[in-house]
Amino acid sequence: MSLKSKLVSSYLAFDDHLDDNSPIHDIRKKAIDTFEEKGFPTKKEEDWKYTSLNAIINKDYSIASKGDKKIKYEKVREYFLHDIDSYKVVFIDGVFSSFLSETSHDGLDVCLLSSVLSKEKYKAIIEAYYNKIASKDSITSLNTAFAKEGAYINIPNNKEVDKPIEIINFSTGNETALMMQPRNLIIVGENAHVQIIERHQSLSNNAVFTNSVTEIFAEKRAYLDFYKIQNDKENASLIDNTFIHQEQDTNCNVHTFSLGGKITRNNLNFSQNGEHSDSTLKGVTILKDKQHVDHNTLVNHISPNCESHQDYKGLYADSSTGVFNGKVIVEKQAQKINAFQQNNNILIDDNATVNAKPQLEIFADDVKCSHGCTIGQFDEDALFYLRSRGIGLKEAQALLMYAFANTVLETVKIPELKRRINNLIAEKIGVNIGFDI
Amino acid sequence: MIINNAETILSVQELNASIDDTQILNGFDITVKAGEIHAIMGPNGSGKSTLAYSIAGHPKYSVTGGSVTLDGVDVLEMSVDERAKAGLFLAMQYPVEVPGVSVSNFLRTAATALRGEAPKVRTWVGEVKEAMSKLSIDPAFSERSVNEGFSGGEKKRHEILQMELLKPKIAILDETDSGLDIDALRIVANGVNKLKSKDNAVLVITHYQRLLDYIVPDFVHVLIDGKIVKSGTKELAYELEEKGYDWIKEELV
Repeated sequence: MSLKSKLVSSYLAFDDHLDDNSPIHDIRKKAIDTFEEKGFPTKKEEDWKYTSLNAIINKDYSIASKGDKKIKYEKVREYFLHDIDSYKVVFIDGVFSSFLSETSHDGLDVCLLSSVLSKEKYKAIIEAYYNKIASKDSITSLNTAFAKEGAYINIPNNKEVDKPIEIINFSTGNETALMMQPRNLIIVGENAHVQIIERHQSLSNNAVFTNSVTEIFAEKRAYLDFYKIQNDKENASLIDNTFIHQEQDTNCNVHTFSLGGKITRNNLNFSQNGEHSDSTLKGVTILKDKQHVDHNTLVNHISPNCESHQDYKGLYADSSTGVFNGKVIVEKQAQKINAFQQNNNILIDDNATVNAKPQLEIFADDVKCSHGCTIGQFDEDALFYLRSRGIGLKEAQALLMYAFANTVLETVKIPELKRRINNLIAEKIGVNIGFDI
Repeated sequence: MIINNAETILSVQELNASIDDTQILNGFDITVKAGEIHAIMGPNGSGKSTLAYSIAGHPKYSVTGGSVTLDGVDVLEMSVDERAKAGLFLAMQYPVEVPGVSVSNFLRTAATALRGEAPKVRTWVGEVKEAMSKLSIDPAFSERSVNEGFSGGEKKRHEILQMELLKPKIAILDETDSGLDIDALRIVANGVNKLKSKDNAVLVITHYQRLLDYIVPDFVHVLIDGKIVKSGTKELAYELEEKGYDWIKEELV
């Protein structure tokens, strides 16, 4: 039985357990209909031209885990920002782990989507926000149909959150192949300020397929920093669907560090619905072997006087493949827009491939939009210069790779996180860069 | 300074080199001994930069014949970084910008590579600060990206700073005077003169005599069409300054 059939038939059983009066019952039903009709996206679709899901969906996944797995903190400590204090919402095989988590209802909500979906007092929140900005495409609908757990974060107006919030999804390998569909809902109130780190981490080499959806609402003057750490094991694949809705005077920044995993697809969507909004999308991708990462970004400029900045850097070794598909839409009324998009790639080995496709759709006439895309090798003169000072080839390349990625790294605002990513990048590049860079 | 029975540091024999299949150097010869300063002067297109880059091993230049040895060891067999480790230093005419690599990181990485171990942080900071102050370089420079946004003078002083810290056996200065005002020229020349000892040597490549007022050569060679056509002492440089290169070309005919 194909994964699609398995999912569709198991929906019936899944639906039986759900409350017919639940506010999201209809949403789920519609979503499974959409998925049943469209199925998994294929390379025939323009947006999926360079990413095939075949290697993922041909496995027989468990689509619900028993979730009775416990993990000792020491074993996973390295995946947390352990040197500073943080809120933590942790899931093991898709099931909430209260032991590893540090949630809060004290002046803000950092808790579970499952309780929000089931409790009467959150009904208004669900009606106002849930599934409002998530796309209705097949892969997001699949998540919507099955979603029941994830992080719920609600920052009240004027609240500056005192420490970062970590959302971590561990998979233990308890099942030979596990499919998970976490769903996060994040509301950043007016003038509120928050930093969030999200990570999907497999703890075994068993197959994992995660189809994650995150909806983020930034109310007026809100500030959001969101960091995605994608450094998963070789049999872990991820489709990350993130939707960000910005009101007036908001500032939302997403950094995506794609350093591992088998197949990773990032659907990152911004919609600017109020004037003077600023969106930043940055990414560093460092791949090897046959790893594949596809960054599919969309910035929709609906309101005037806004900015967006995209800076994606990619380093591809061995037979790894990368895709950058960046779309910017400037609607007719959205005058005085500054939209910048930069995508630079270095192919370290001859077998590595990158497909880059910038798309600008501009309907307003007073805008500043630029995009640049390069695919190349190392700068021969810069390499020569470093080597002429005695620096060996490998280290000189590492310095250049590091420097190349640094425009993305330098805007990471949590020093401890920056240091961790720094070390990760050094490790990926395969040298000990050593000191203060 | 000319020392009797000094060891030969750099020996270039019958060097032929080309770029993009165009031969530029045609049987170039020079022998530089410990303690000596040699100047190579020549008109545009005579092969000055090709000489510098070929010895340093830039991949765009291919050596098609001849030999280059440093302390008697074949340089042409070495990779670019091995040449630096053997004691060769090229101060470039157009130092390359390396965005994202800070000067401090670059200097320390290079020093670590050349010395075989990372310099101790405590002494290293002092060493760099002292070298910077001698060259009138603002210490805030350390945090900037290598050569990025540097003025012409800053780039050249940065080259000499590296030379000071890396202490090469043979330094080749490729048109180090170009783009420098008289004050910067003096600072750069002082840096070179202070480094000079009886154990090392300097090869100054220049178009003009001006730099040689500050870095006084023991020998001056005239490079035309890829080979040395005339050698002499510093007086030859004055003569070239006064009369240009044409009279030498005429002499050749």
